[in-house]
Amino acid sequence: MKILILAEHDGKQLSPAVYQVVTAAQFWNAPVEILVAGSNTNTVAKQAAAITGVARVIQAEAAHLAHQLAEDVANIIVQVAGDYQVILAAHSSFSRNIVPRAAALLDVAMISDVLEIKADHTYVRSVYAGDILTTIQSIDALQIVTIHSSNFTAAKNTESNNTDVNNTGAQAEIVSIEVPEPFTITRWVSETRSLSDRPALTSAKVVITGGRSLGSAERFEELLSPLASKLGAALGATRAAVDAGFAPNDTQVGQTGVVVAPELYIAVGVSGAVQHTYGMKDSKIVVAINQDPDAPIFQVADYGLVADLFEAIPELTNAI
Amino acid sequence: MKVLIAVKRVVDYNIKVRIKSDGSDVDINGVKMGVNPFDENAIEAALRLKEQGVATEIVAVSLGTSANQDVLRHALAMGADRAILVESDLTLQALGVAKLLKSIVMREQPQLIILGKQAIDNDAGQTGQMLAALLNYPQATFASAIQVDGNTISVTREVDGGTETLALNLPAVVTADLRLNEPRFVKLPNLMMARKKPIETINAAEFAVSAEPRLKLIQVSEPSARKAGIRVGSVSELLSKLREHEGILL
Repeated sequence: MKILILAEHDGKQLSPAVYQVVTAAQFWNAPVEILVAGSNTNTVAKQAAAITGVARVIQAEAAHLAHQLAEDVANIIVQVAGDYQVILAAHSSFSRNIVPRAAALLDVAMISDVLEIKADHTYVRSVYAGDILTTIQSIDALQIVTIHSSNFTAAKNTESNNTDVNNTGAQAEIVSIEVPEPFTITRWVSETRSLSDRPALTSAKVVITGGRSLGSAERFEELLSPLASKLGAALGATRAAVDAGFAPNDTQVGQTGVVVAPELYIAVGVSGAVQHTYGMKDSKIVVAINQDPDAPIFQVADYGLVADLFEAIPELTNAI
Repeated sequence: MKVLIAVKRVVDYNIKVRIKSDGSDVDINGVKMGVNPFDENAIEAALRLKEQGVATEIVAVSLGTSANQDVLRHALAMGADRAILVESDLTLQALGVAKLLKSIVMREQPQLIILGKQAIDNDAGQTGQMLAALLNYPQATFASAIQVDGNTISVTREVDGGTETLALNLPAVVTADLRLNEPRFVKLPNLMMARKKPIETINAAEFAVSAEPRLKLIQVSEPSARKAGIRVGSVSELLSKLREHEGILL
């Protein structure tokens, strides 16, 4: 029995979630291998090889894999799938795009966003925006699963015993494979990246999220940006705030956006609908600051402060 | 060109779903149902393509029991031209749905298939990608903008940290994100007119595909709720709690 993990990376670094999926993979007590696909994968392949608990790294490198299109990466998974009993990935927008395509090609009923591995073939995942937990059992021989990575601790690096991704002392064997022909009828055109010095939402230790009651994009920025800078925090937003144009789309925290689980989560003017709390309820400490004493966010907050945001946040920023 | 849209019937997003007393499943008996919100974005995208003169016919398809006629009527009232109900009593899961939708695509030969990026009941987010795979079509998930130009569609996708734009040869599968558009409200006269539009019913058994569920539901339960903490009276009290009780260095 062998486990394969599809690794998300940007050509320079593995996604931190890969380390968490490696921990999840240890459940099966079987060799864990990591698939790294791309056009410039030497650095990330070495990073993957240095993770404790990884037996082998499969390197699929070709020029046409530069943007890791779902069609091409799914075909690579299909090509190697015969060697594995379990295929895992972190439940991120990267793998949500690719893994279902591979699963259908392999005729496997995929299991998305698994919170807990109960037994071989048996998993816990949430439905209805996290309101309900379901335990489900798959009857397929091959298991294809995406992992709710924040539920698992990160695996460490072999050498330095930490998750410093710059430690590239290769431990596991790295094997290159031939890749399938490009799927030419999808072409990558362009991308835009939000320019920000702040840490990524999904890996930040502190996340500050603003709601619609901040009033405007300018006030959102004015109020939250200084606090975020002081705390080294990532800035998130509720769906309402994103829809109102206060913050970029990719900062939406919740059921249909990103899921975060920082050490400290500060919700500013966030009402706390279940669609939002789905995306933050795994946070270690939750602080809610809201004018409305009846806001549901207080029911999931460790510390609640009823206050005028435009007084409390500058006061907090100055006091830190 | 013909556009096919897939519509799922789900529990209304405002409803807090309860569990059956024996813990075997959720209890959605008598609960308000409606169109999956992301599928409304898919319908709206198709309607706008028709208004631009790009789409010539919009076909809405839903899978499930005869109860699904209500979501198809909604799609027709929004402006879809006709609807297909694939009737099945099975517990339909993403892979089975993708296989049945593939059969409909083979029959209808649309140039573009638009689905919601995920359903808000089971949050799996798989069907569109699976359908594209089974058809060997190009895919663009989490679309926030689309533009059809001759035989290609350009799709802007929402990804972590920004957006990505892809060009796909048609026929192709696109899944809609919330930011793709704001779905129109259905006006009463349109709802009346929608009653006259045709809904064709096909028994899923007519398609030679296995849509049997592969994932067995063992148990449902409620997650342990985060317990509400304490209220603090001031910013300074908040800071001292975080520093002293939680050891957070601020």
